[in-house]
Amino acid sequence: MNFPVIKAVSYALAHTPDLVPYGSKPERELRKEPALYERLVAHSRTFDQACAYPPHQAFIGHTSPEALWEKETPWWRHPDVAAKRWGPYGEIMPEAEFYGLLRFSDDFDLVWLDEAFLPAVRQQLRAHPLFRTEDLDRLGDGHALDRIQSKIAHEGALPLRHQDRIVGCVCRGHDEDPFLTANILLENVACKATGILAIRWLFEHHREEGVRPEAIDYVINAGEEAVGDRYQRGAGNLAKAMAERSGCVNSTGGDVKAFCCGPIHSLIIAAGLVHAGIFEHVLVVGGGALAKLGMKFRGHLKHDMPIMEDVLASFAILVGPPDDRNPRIRLDAIGKHDVRYSGSAQSIAQALIANPLDALGRKITDIDRYAVELHNPEITEPAGSGNVPRYNYRTIASLGVMRGEWPRQAIAEFERSHGLPGFSPTQGHVASAVPYLGHARDAMRRGDLRTAMFIGKGSLFLGKMTNLSDGMSFILEAPKA
Amino acid sequence: MKLAGKKVIVLGERDGVQGTALSECVKAAGGEVVLTVNQCFV
Repeated sequence: MNFPVIKAVSYALAHTPDLVPYGSKPERELRKEPALYERLVAHSRTFDQACAYPPHQAFIGHTSPEALWEKETPWWRHPDVAAKRWGPYGEIMPEAEFYGLLRFSDDFDLVWLDEAFLPAVRQQLRAHPLFRTEDLDRLGDGHALDRIQSKIAHEGALPLRHQDRIVGCVCRGHDEDPFLTANILLENVACKATGILAIRWLFEHHREEGVRPEAIDYVINAGEEAVGDRYQRGAGNLAKAMAERSGCVNSTGGDVKAFCCGPIHSLIIAAGLVHAGIFEHVLVVGGGALAKLGMKFRGHLKHDMPIMEDVLASFAILVGPPDDRNPRIRLDAIGKHDVRYSGSAQSIAQALIANPLDALGRKITDIDRYAVELHNPEITEPAGSGNVPRYNYRTIASLGVMRGEWPRQAIAEFERSHGLPGFSPTQGHVASAVPYLGHARDAMRRGDLRTAMFIGKGSLFLGKMTNLSDGMSFILEAPKA
Repeated sequence: MKLAGKKVIVLGERDGVQGTALSECVKAAGGEVVLTVNQCFV
């Protein structure tokens, strides 16, 4: 049977060390202990350090994730000497340009940039391949610094800092609405901006293959940010806002909320829409999660490491009709963690991995690579959160042992033979399996990979509405598999 | 560890062992679960 295919994938990072204090954890800790700010600044990474960080180079496609296994650790002490800002899947954007992108993405004059800072930003974006003259016009002329400082001092605006000085602010959207504060609007505009960046890279890199913004019928935003005001908190549709600034003039869209599992839900829904013939091209996008910046900074300070959660990450994935060049999503073998399943590791593995394999009559070892929650362990382990991908691979290997398809004594080896190292920034939904999709697509098009399973999980219990967790999975197959 | 007759606070984690699964084990061992909390540390 013909199934929808992954036609294009892109990823982007924005290095935003001066936004780390606005991450949820740092913001709360700084309120209790303002002196922490100096320590945060002292442990921040330069752009060159963030760019040369090997997992970031894998994220934007310069190296394969598997190549990280051969790199000396800790990766942060061993920069990639061949690192580049621009990658096959996107880029790593410096902070000043990102502030320009924020301003570009703002439709309500919320982002004010210092008129003395703006010309340099404009010049940098003029040299950027994704921004045209009409885009740069949206930057405006900037504001006098004393007006920005007055906004910060008297009107609830949030300062934007860069290299030890205030270069702008984010204004609040309402005098009284607790869901339109400057902090929340920054979180939402940052998500919108990074999503736009990923979408624009997707079109830029796949133009020759005929992937055009005008061809997109529907956009699904898979991110977790709650856009809305006091009467409709989290009402969303950031998807359409991203589409507007990405040239997708023939599309509408909507958001799929499912915690970190949002991208897998979204891809399956997107494939369903294409398979049913309702839409021809559906774009799934996930923007960066400002709230997650600096989440584990205490652990990094304790180990005298740089603050590793200093990048906003985003992705865009285009699902299209069947062709013979791109890998296809097997819609006849979708894994889903139904309400009836318990939260035990065995039950989750049965629902997400065993059931889809059984639907196709396959064994654990028939899948070449499993993409799980791909959080970078170098970020999580210093904070005591362990190696998340490794936990997951041991669970899959254990399922293989129970099914008589994997040797008990080789459980630890499954990670290398069928898994991946964690290489994604800990950006919530962004890290949920999809960072491997671009690599898998390329490997399948080259003939180096036959099948991969993408497994996402969601922590629904964090919202205090159910004790359930969630998960979904799908199998991707090479064009000629 | 004997859990029979003891009150137990259960802390679970999404990618480790979840609270609901731990709670079932505690109950099976005769313990009384007074609180189950799940966290996600990433």
